[in-house]
Amino acid sequence: MSVPRESLWETMKGKGYSRREFMEFCGFAAVAAGLGTQATAAVAATFEKKGRPPVVWLHFQECTCCSESFIRGSHPVVADVLLDAISLDYTQTLQAASGAAAEKCLHDTMKNYPGKYILLVEGSVPTGAGGAYCCINGESAEEILKKAAKDAAAIIAWGNCASYGCVQAAKPNPTNATAISKLVGKPVINVPGCPPIADVMAAVVTHILMFGRGPELDAQGRPKEFYGRRVHDTCYRRPYYDAGLFVDAWDDEGARKGYCLFRMGCRGPVTYNACSVTKWNGSVSYPIQSGHGCIGCSENGFWDNGPFYRHLPHTPGFGIESTADTIGLGLGIGVAVGVAAHAVTTNIRKRPLIAETVKESSPAGQTEDEGAK
Amino acid sequence: MTKRIVIDPVTRIEGHLRIEAVVENGVVKDAFSAGTMVRGIEKILRGRDPRDAWAFTERVCGVCTTVHALASCRSVEDALGIEVPKNAELVRNLMFCAQFIQDHVVHFYHLHALDWVDVVSMLKADPAAASRIAQSLSAWPRSNPGHFAAVQTRLRKYVESGQLGIFANGYWGHKAYKLPPEVNLIAVSHYLDALEWQKEIVKIHAIFGGKNPHPNYLVGGVPCSFNIDEVNAINTERLNHVASLIKDAITFVEQVYVPDLLAIAGFYKDWAAIGGGLENYLAYGDLPTRGIRDVGSFLLPRGAILGRNLNEVHEVNGRDEKEIREYISHSWYKYGGGDQVGLHPFKGETEFNYTGPKPPYDQLNVEGKYSWLKTPRWKEHPMEVGPLARMLVAYAKGDTDVKELVGVVLGKLDVPIGALFSTLGRTAARGVETQVVAHWMKGFFDELVANLRNGEVRTHTRYHWDPDTWPAAAEGVGLTEAPRGALAHWISIKDKVIDNYQLVVPSTWNASPRDAQGQRSSYEAALIGTPVANVDQPVEILRTVHSFDPCLACAVHLYDPTGRQIHQVQFN
Repeated sequence: MSVPRESLWETMKGKGYSRREFMEFCGFAAVAAGLGTQATAAVAATFEKKGRPPVVWLHFQECTCCSESFIRGSHPVVADVLLDAISLDYTQTLQAASGAAAEKCLHDTMKNYPGKYILLVEGSVPTGAGGAYCCINGESAEEILKKAAKDAAAIIAWGNCASYGCVQAAKPNPTNATAISKLVGKPVINVPGCPPIADVMAAVVTHILMFGRGPELDAQGRPKEFYGRRVHDTCYRRPYYDAGLFVDAWDDEGARKGYCLFRMGCRGPVTYNACSVTKWNGSVSYPIQSGHGCIGCSENGFWDNGPFYRHLPHTPGFGIESTADTIGLGLGIGVAVGVAAHAVTTNIRKRPLIAETVKESSPAGQTEDEGAK
Repeated sequence: MTKRIVIDPVTRIEGHLRIEAVVENGVVKDAFSAGTMVRGIEKILRGRDPRDAWAFTERVCGVCTTVHALASCRSVEDALGIEVPKNAELVRNLMFCAQFIQDHVVHFYHLHALDWVDVVSMLKADPAAASRIAQSLSAWPRSNPGHFAAVQTRLRKYVESGQLGIFANGYWGHKAYKLPPEVNLIAVSHYLDALEWQKEIVKIHAIFGGKNPHPNYLVGGVPCSFNIDEVNAINTERLNHVASLIKDAITFVEQVYVPDLLAIAGFYKDWAAIGGGLENYLAYGDLPTRGIRDVGSFLLPRGAILGRNLNEVHEVNGRDEKEIREYISHSWYKYGGGDQVGLHPFKGETEFNYTGPKPPYDQLNVEGKYSWLKTPRWKEHPMEVGPLARMLVAYAKGDTDVKELVGVVLGKLDVPIGALFSTLGRTAARGVETQVVAHWMKGFFDELVANLRNGEVRTHTRYHWDPDTWPAAAEGVGLTEAPRGALAHWISIKDKVIDNYQLVVPSTWNASPRDAQGQRSSYEAALIGTPVANVDQPVEILRTVHSFDPCLACAVHLYDPTGRQIHQVQFN
């Protein structure tokens, strides 16, 4: 038997938010979910009707970075409301109860809200050693997952661990760490990343609250709205790539001018994520902006695509789209030639900018081994 | 009367912890701590590029994110004789400080406070009275009656909705909760304020490392570049952002966290005599100011204290194979040399050997192997690591900042120095540390700006970046401090790839099972003597366990003397 729930609007009103603030939140949620502000009214109507769905957050083979990322959500209203808009009934990271009292929270939710609770999973599931590599209350992760998944309304795999196995599944995968989608026999929304971006996590949950269904997914089960583009496609350093201006050594003159990190091993061209659009920690930065190439942490099996500082010709996954075919072909011949060809064929319009940038750019910066003792 | 209690999972920690304790006449007589999850990252690292190891090992923990990356970079730099530029040292220190401050505050409010704060009791508070108390504690501007009334109304609605979410099934109303409703209201209000603030301070990681959790590191320095004439680098705008985050952090720590800690501790002074456990403390130290090799330049000093003797601090050497050794007598591993030997991490082995019960199980065989954690020892001594160990070593070494603040805390609580050896002391030490680290962070920032003013912009050395320049074999150790305690990585490099990699993490020291001699580690030792008023609501056990800020994947259970899980069974 389900317990009556209040709507999000009622929840917010109870917390002292005005109608205007509520509508602003709906507008933000609509944009975050990729709907645009014109959907605000529809979003508001949904939030006024829907109650707080119970949510169960399971932890298996993980490092808790997904939970940590989740609480970094940047929009204050979203951060407040998502903790209260959903009823987070079981989460080993934040819940007050421990032991039997905590387990009761899990079992009560599964019993009282069959078909109505959202299941969030952080971490992969080890299937080796009969489940002994990860047990909670004496029960294997695999058993717990299967029981919780059975009556879940929706299942979200947080991060690269639950989506693909991540670091513990890297060769030789000592515990046979497994993606949850391979174990539950139901559709799973994969939200990869190590961890995923907080605002993306919030938006995926928001999407379900608004529409009563998950977002549209790609062939890997990822929400298209956040994983439909490569980091490279919207990277603010892309013009330098197209211009053939690269960082060639850490902290060289190119690095200090923010040139492209492709030659330093950046995985942006083969990584599908919203990092270069949504960015991290309240849109403050993302890895490339702070000078380190993308390591591709939202891609399946990325740990085994390294070493991270060897650049891309040796990495599978290049040449997916027609524009990238040019690059892929070029890389087959040689990086410089490929990059040059790409620059010429696709970025003629950027010539003035390129010319100016090249002019400003001094010859190679550090050339000697200045750090030797 | 003897009872066994099982707490599984222990929540408000990172990972999966299981503790089993014997309670006799309302007091814990024996306890067992088990880690019930393993991933095998040390096995995964073999054969990989040592320069990538920071990224793999950073994923050991997303809560104390960054410190594993730091330990890893240092281990490689130690092996190859690399020294990082001064600016890289400063950026690393700034990231270290940001991590400590964020993590300690989150630990206090979101992981530990609910052991001391009764959320439901705050509904009975008088917001005006709460405001008067809060204003007497600090100048924090959000201490007006209207704010507290709004928080109370918000939480009342939450409770009355019938969906208690993360507060469901807490031990509310337990007689071990001693705060007046008004102090509970202040604490819950600051729980929410801290949740807001913690996402701000980590922006320092985003600025220098691109993201948080798991910012980027780099062997030989840091990946970010400085250029005060360029929008695509760390420029004045970015530095201003860092400066304002530091300013806000100092304000939050001094106006919210530390006053709350002292106010709450004042109601729980009996906990200054509970949960002390081991008498030995180990700190590797950190925050170098003249390079990692100059240990004397560390603001957080390195050293070991034995038998609570603050008059003598022993030197610690991570490379000395006689000092740090790991045992597996009660851990699900096997060593080539047998179960009784201890191995220095350079010789470390990671071979799974699960001999526990087949899941689902009700109990572990605590007489045999019962954990995925190994058991480290320093010169055969079990050691406590963490904020208390760090502050004791700094205190014993005469650090003036630490001595002064410890004195203030002891004075305000009106307790002797011996009170530090306790659950309360561990929690208070964390607050002292946060305060000193916040001020040191400001100093590092000022020094960084001074360097830039003088034209010093280097953040990376290219020495030995190219593997072709490496020796055929090398080994190194990287020591640091996680918020939870002493952390080190040991690496052996052979033919340009990782030949062996071993991590000994804080929770391995504190949460490990007993060793070959039967000596308990920190959690097990600290739980002895803990009062438990109600075995079905063992909030007192959580207080002591949480005071260590557990960072592993485990759960706590209490068992009877024959190993039988009884929970509701009692016997004489």
